[in-house]
Amino acid sequence: MSGPSNFKPKSAFLQWTERRLPILGLMHSSFVAYPTPRNLNYWWTFGGILSFCLGVQIITGIVLAMHYTPTVVGAFDSVEHIMRDVNFGWLLRYVHANGASMFFIAVYIHIFRGFYYGSYKEPREILWILGVIIFLLMMATAFMGYVLPWGQMSFWGATVITNLFSAIPGIGPKVVEFLWGGYSVDQPTLQRFFSLHYLLPFMIAGVVVLHIWALHEVGQNNPAGIDVKSDKDVVAFTPYATAKDNFAMVCFMIFFAWFVFYIPNYLGHADNYIPANPLQTPTHIVPEWYFLPFYAILRAIPSKLGGVIAMFASIAVLAFLPWLDRAKTRSAKYRPLFKQFFWIFVICCIGLGWLGAKPAEGGYVIASRILTAYYFIHFFVILPLLSYYEKPSPVPASIAESVLGNQPLAPAKVKGSR
Amino acid sequence: MMNKNTLIALGLASAISFGASNAALAADPHAPLPPRLKWTFSGPFGHYDKQQLQRGFKVYREVCQACHSLKLVAFRTLGQAGALGFTEGQIKTLAGEYQITDGPNDRGEMFQRPGRPSDYFPPIFANEQAARATHNGALPVDLSVIAKARTYEVGFPGFLIDIVRQYQENGVDYLHALLTGYENPPAGEQLTPTQFWNKYFPGNRISMRPPLEDKRVEYTDGSPQTVDQYARDVTAFLMWAAEPHLDQRKRIGFQVMIFLIVFAGLAYFTKKKVWASAH
Amino acid sequence: MAKSTTMNGDQPTRRDFLYIATGAMGAVGAAAAAWPLIHQMNPDASVQALASAEVDLSPVQEGQIITVKWRGKPVFIAHRTKKEIEEAKATPLRDLPDPQPDDARVKKGKEQWLVLVGVCTHLGCVPLGHQGDYKGFFCPCHGSHYDTSGRIRKGPAPLNLEVPPYEFASDTMVRIG
Repeated sequence: MSGPSNFKPKSAFLQWTERRLPILGLMHSSFVAYPTPRNLNYWWTFGGILSFCLGVQIITGIVLAMHYTPTVVGAFDSVEHIMRDVNFGWLLRYVHANGASMFFIAVYIHIFRGFYYGSYKEPREILWILGVIIFLLMMATAFMGYVLPWGQMSFWGATVITNLFSAIPGIGPKVVEFLWGGYSVDQPTLQRFFSLHYLLPFMIAGVVVLHIWALHEVGQNNPAGIDVKSDKDVVAFTPYATAKDNFAMVCFMIFFAWFVFYIPNYLGHADNYIPANPLQTPTHIVPEWYFLPFYAILRAIPSKLGGVIAMFASIAVLAFLPWLDRAKTRSAKYRPLFKQFFWIFVICCIGLGWLGAKPAEGGYVIASRILTAYYFIHFFVILPLLSYYEKPSPVPASIAESVLGNQPLAPAKVKGSR
Repeated sequence: MMNKNTLIALGLASAISFGASNAALAADPHAPLPPRLKWTFSGPFGHYDKQQLQRGFKVYREVCQACHSLKLVAFRTLGQAGALGFTEGQIKTLAGEYQITDGPNDRGEMFQRPGRPSDYFPPIFANEQAARATHNGALPVDLSVIAKARTYEVGFPGFLIDIVRQYQENGVDYLHALLTGYENPPAGEQLTPTQFWNKYFPGNRISMRPPLEDKRVEYTDGSPQTVDQYARDVTAFLMWAAEPHLDQRKRIGFQVMIFLIVFAGLAYFTKKKVWASAH
Repeated sequence: MAKSTTMNGDQPTRRDFLYIATGAMGAVGAAAAAWPLIHQMNPDASVQALASAEVDLSPVQEGQIITVKWRGKPVFIAHRTKKEIEEAKATPLRDLPDPQPDDARVKKGKEQWLVLVGVCTHLGCVPLGHQGDYKGFFCPCHGSHYDTSGRIRKGPAPLNLEVPPYEFASDTMVRIG
């Protein structure tokens, strides 16, 4: 995915195929010879980890679909059938369920890494927007997947989220009936969610291909946030990046396995082990943890339509980030003020996540409103102002200098693997 | 540098969100927290105690089963690895003590027959309405996954520590607390004749009468015949019913962990060697 | 790993060993992870434990064949006539592609009851009773003829119709499986 390759296989047979379908050359130029900045730290390994997560979800998902029954009478029991009777069914389901959370942990780290190092800036706008699209598709997929076990949280989560669309003036109620295929969340809803939950991951995979294509076209950003200027600034993807990605991925798997094998239900809700009951709402419903910040924004606005708009806007604003932050310096390393505001923003998002899980009452509501306001102020006020008023510190002349100039062993010594 | 600080911050972020979302389940913030007990199946090397499961099953059969079904559990599973350790013959005899509705037969009628190992514990009531009708409107829930369907709030920073120490026994803690948490209502609280006061039940008013009393179930292995012991045993049994492959999960988990740690070590040194030539 | 030769280094042996060990470990891990993904397709615990089927034989008239379901497959229970039993016993073994005497296919003293898995041993169709050249069973899919003992006589099927495990719980009650 990075231009024509001068790759030439040794065997005559492969040369023959290569002249007709240059797939080996494509692989070679994309994943072997592809030049990566030599100063990438471990925060850059999450791209590979995310591909791994997507692969795990697709493979375990296909397998689970072989045993799952998308009917309102059979869904809950079929999940229990998987847990009890299917060979290794418990393992496959726990990997899939926890895999969703792992996917979001990795994607949030990936996104915040992009924030910090200015990875959305020119010329990576399209790369960034494709990432936002992937994030949206992930949210849709995760939401529909959570409905499938047909527990109490599945049912009421589906009810609440689909009802968001009833806020659309005029046609809202019709849109909701359209989404449900009826007058409440029921069999048609479950069955279409199952169909779409199966489809969307493949759409994600498609957009991921575009994302990587765009990445390989413009090249990776790096912790110094400066462009690659010479061959001294880069190393070959294989073996350098592959070896590093591999180590990071195994560490990530340890974290993943910890949840799957020892606390597989920690990230889920106990209420979802109660079969769906359309006549009784659980006393306190909350979405999965990865939706909590957005859920807090939804509830912070004292108007139905306003809340829905704010929630969608809080995601949509990400797509406009390249034009809200116009500063020429990319990396927060050389933007002292931006760096501080970055951390405040991180705390703001954590705060919203915490508030999303709290009941919508009293001080929690006030706090949600303050943080929601700050969330948007960060994008619409702070970032544009910083672009004009912040005085960046001097950036190094080249990547090679930033790495080798004063710290001879920098890339290997970067801390912070997880 | 975006190193340790970020890691900690993001870790906290995600962790707070997780805990908070779980925490949301406790309906009554004023209810006391169930005490945490020692369970044989907690921790990385946790496994079920066959004797305890058998005692718990006895309690279920002699007490709970009067109202509560176990319809996702098949008789055959009582003998599988990591379960109660029943032999095939014992399971056959046991299954035969239950009447299973089967059919239709050649005359188009449903009929009753003795259970077989492949059958599931039969429902206690024909349907939900029948169950409510005999319990003053209250529904005795199915207990198949009850141990995973209940929990309680763990505040900060407890829920973070639970990740590290792998504590996931909130459900059984709660069930044990509930079974032993009956007491007289505080002064001024009025109960209807079909309500009972339980200090751990959200809202305190529970329709289930205190199910256990000392010496109600006879133990043959010398374990104390007390409400507390009955509650522990039946709760352990219900944990098994909800998570029958726990033993296998933790055993495989340990093997996977060892493998991954060794692999991570190799991957780390490979990475170091590869990068050594880049400087 | 071939690419190790392109890198400088003073201990090629140790380094190569490291790469090979890492690669091998990855391969072992991938193979181990693949097993649950494959094994999940095998019959699960509930399928393996599927109940045996009990059949009341009292309403089955002489000359009648009934079909019952066992493990998702049809099982034929034929109440054979004297003539059918005689024919089955009289057939010389050398005429059979899959030689088996009739008394090995029925229970002693219960020769009138023939219990067969009703699945043609050719490609799995369900044969028809009292049909074909031998008046036993005939598979319409590809023309296999079975005799009154369910043994293959003519056509592409290689083996006799399978006799499932069964026992008589009483004179009129048979338990299959």
